[in-house]
Amino acid sequence: MFAKTLKGAWYSLWGAVLLLGAGNSYADYPINLTRGVTDISNKVFDLHMLIFWICVGACVLVFAVLIYSIFTHRKSKGAVAAEFHESTTVEIIWTTIPFLVLVAMAVPATTTLLALEDTRDSDMSIQVTGYQWKWKYDYLDDDISFFSVLTTPREQIEGDAPKDDTYLMDVDNPIVVPINKKIRFLITSNDVIHSWWVPALGWKQDAVPGFINDAWTELTEPGTYRGKCAELCGKDHGFMPIVLVAKTQEDYDAWVEEQKGAAAAAADAATATLTMDELMAKGETAYNSHCAACHQANGAGIPGVFPAIAGSAVAIGDVAKHIDIGINGVPGTAMQAFGEQLSAVDLAAVITYQRNAFGNDTGDMVQPADIVAAK
Amino acid sequence: MSTATTHDDHHDHGAPSGLMRWVTTTNHKDIGTLYLWFAFIMLLIGGAMAMVIRAELFQPGLQVVDPNFFNTMTTMHGLIMVFGAIMPGMVGLANWQIPLMIGAPDMALPRMNNWSFWILPFAGTMLLSTLFMEGGGPAFGWTFYAPLSTTFAPASTDFFIFAIHMLGFSSIMGAINIIATVLNMRAPGMTLMKMPLFVWTWFITAFLLIAVMPVLAGAVTMMLTDRNFGTSFFDAAGGGDPVLFQHVFWFFGHPEVYIMILPAFGVVSEIIPTFARKKLFGYSSMVYATASIAFLSFIVYAHHMFTTGMPVAGELYFMYATIMIAVPTAVKVFNWTATMWKGSMTFETPMLWAIAFVFLFTIGGFTGLMMGIAPADMQYHDTYFIVAHFHYVLVTGALFSIIAAFYYWAPKWTGHMVDERLGKIHFWWSVISVNVLFFPQHFIGLAGMPRRIPDYSLQFADWNMISSLGGFAFGLAQVFFIYVIIKTIRGGKAATAEVWEGSHGLEWTIPSPAPYHTFETAPEVK
Repeated sequence: MFAKTLKGAWYSLWGAVLLLGAGNSYADYPINLTRGVTDISNKVFDLHMLIFWICVGACVLVFAVLIYSIFTHRKSKGAVAAEFHESTTVEIIWTTIPFLVLVAMAVPATTTLLALEDTRDSDMSIQVTGYQWKWKYDYLDDDISFFSVLTTPREQIEGDAPKDDTYLMDVDNPIVVPINKKIRFLITSNDVIHSWWVPALGWKQDAVPGFINDAWTELTEPGTYRGKCAELCGKDHGFMPIVLVAKTQEDYDAWVEEQKGAAAAAADAATATLTMDELMAKGETAYNSHCAACHQANGAGIPGVFPAIAGSAVAIGDVAKHIDIGINGVPGTAMQAFGEQLSAVDLAAVITYQRNAFGNDTGDMVQPADIVAAK
Repeated sequence: MSTATTHDDHHDHGAPSGLMRWVTTTNHKDIGTLYLWFAFIMLLIGGAMAMVIRAELFQPGLQVVDPNFFNTMTTMHGLIMVFGAIMPGMVGLANWQIPLMIGAPDMALPRMNNWSFWILPFAGTMLLSTLFMEGGGPAFGWTFYAPLSTTFAPASTDFFIFAIHMLGFSSIMGAINIIATVLNMRAPGMTLMKMPLFVWTWFITAFLLIAVMPVLAGAVTMMLTDRNFGTSFFDAAGGGDPVLFQHVFWFFGHPEVYIMILPAFGVVSEIIPTFARKKLFGYSSMVYATASIAFLSFIVYAHHMFTTGMPVAGELYFMYATIMIAVPTAVKVFNWTATMWKGSMTFETPMLWAIAFVFLFTIGGFTGLMMGIAPADMQYHDTYFIVAHFHYVLVTGALFSIIAAFYYWAPKWTGHMVDERLGKIHFWWSVISVNVLFFPQHFIGLAGMPRRIPDYSLQFADWNMISSLGGFAFGLAQVFFIYVIIKTIRGGKAATAEVWEGSHGLEWTIPSPAPYHTFETAPEVK
């Protein structure tokens, strides 16, 4: 392990040397902003490069004078200090020039900002809601709603399995959008502040609980674009990626139909009666993707922060109370209302799992119908 | 009250001995020393936390700490460095140097001076004690945005709030003392426009402190009542506004970053003329530039909030106001350059640190300007680009200036010259490693790595490893600094009163080490 690390460090150092020598962008050594795939992201990129080169130019000028002075005006070379120590003319000149440069930067910045913030005349709206630690997407025009959760397996994070190329960048349900449509995003949060950021779109926007921010994009190329939550939102801030899939209108319409079919199937499934084994299997999966982040995979919780499931008064006590907390959460705490996040089947399964795993062994079974009744 | 006491032998007191000397001292030099040691210990503690962060980020995956503790580390690292290391370090320099530079016998309010220091160790201990509490320490970032820091925070947050209050008291008292000293204690002939620039920058900084520390106190008090007394300042469910917290915080927070950098400007403006053997170029424009930066710092704060959903008019205003700060800042860099131009320079250790400051602070300043451009900030915000930016201004800016000040004034404080060879090793070791540490963070930030994450996707792996290696080397360099400091205190070549060939100003007219009491008779400044 250590030898591998050293080897990696060695290659990294050589990579840096090569990079500085060749001056081209290296696959594993990204050095610049992503250009992005929309008109706005290109404008932002061009603006970034403009201000970057202005700053580099100014830096080079100042540093050149400093370096020349350091090598020339030194006592060891017999330099004698000059007497001058003020000049109003010079001060005025070097106050005015930066001012004019700033004005030159402010002009394109203003036009770009105005375009970036203009969410009028959109073709469709998607509500994005941040949760600790997942995203929910509501398609306001099509009545589609789903959660998007990290799928990178725990083993890869813990180092027990090799990491995929898309490590920490995969989710179960990506947000799907059509190309060539002006899409307005309405961004909010259910708990703390998050920030929805797909670099290829050229912006990020904070998700603030109780408030709705808007932003927009119009993609032209089908593709998969990945992003992350950018605002510290608690323990698993680093583990709530965004995957955005842009499809042609045709493929998008097909996807919409598929989603509606899936919703109907879920409603049917809620009437089914499952066996204990089925409930436990489904429950374990749902527990690991929705509960384990706080209550931990072994149900022990984190003392003082997140309560344990193992031996908890809720998980071995009254079933109705357990179902109520599962559906409605505990207001004022990090415990979310899962009634809107999980299907009746998953909720029934996860509650059954919690009541029978981690040594809780109550033998209780909760069926989807119980959840539907409690709602 | 009615008895007039006389102290005929007052002026014969030297330094008392033992622990009580330090507990009861009202001497500006003792208190300055206490502040500097406190700051240095906090620097090492905060630095150790940075090592934990860099160790976790050395490779993708979770190896060293769990995500919650990682968040605690980033939070505590920021708080300790800002409130424990940089600010007390600057106050320590002020305590030692301001009376010496304006020809005053001591600070104007010596007993309050004692109190403002002695609050600090208690506040610092209380803050650090949260690490050992159930639920862990604060894990919501040094900016402690609500509601993560209110509804969703661990129980220890109330201790954090109390610690912030105490740190604020200390800063406000320190600032009052500096203003009172500068206004009342100057030697005859030391007019305001003759004051050394270090005194000027601190004088202006003190006003910033008095203006904004109460605002911070207000922010944490609102947090306290939201958490414990049923108010909803920052809770939308109760009619409050989470973004209000950010407005209040950054109204404090933006002047705060100038509180940390203005005295650094002052230090560099003292050191460069000494080693260029030439008067500071544009003294009065430096004073005006400092005052302009201080003024502008109050009206630009919401550039930290471009992505919060501000109205576009607000974004435009804050963008224009923000980039204007580049003007007085540029004037300062130009003036330092012009001071060096056609000087007769030598490169003793303090000069090396000061020159590194000018170069690296300029880089940090330019990335700051880039982030002031609102539409581009929509990409830069909350990435490693800003982590790189503020470490360039705070580490290679503020911290480098404090280290430069140590090398510059230590002979006056200890009576011993600092070993030049060791000082230069410390310098080159630090300046190379700090760039290996922070420069790649620009790249990973632009490439899309958010800040405050314990684990990252694979495209950021290589730069993170390089950055961590630089981090470990930079951390080790500061351990080496302990050796340099102790060696200097213990002995070394005896320093003359002037110490440096090109030195200028009242502090170089008194013997080295500075006697326990100085300027009991005010010097005459022509």
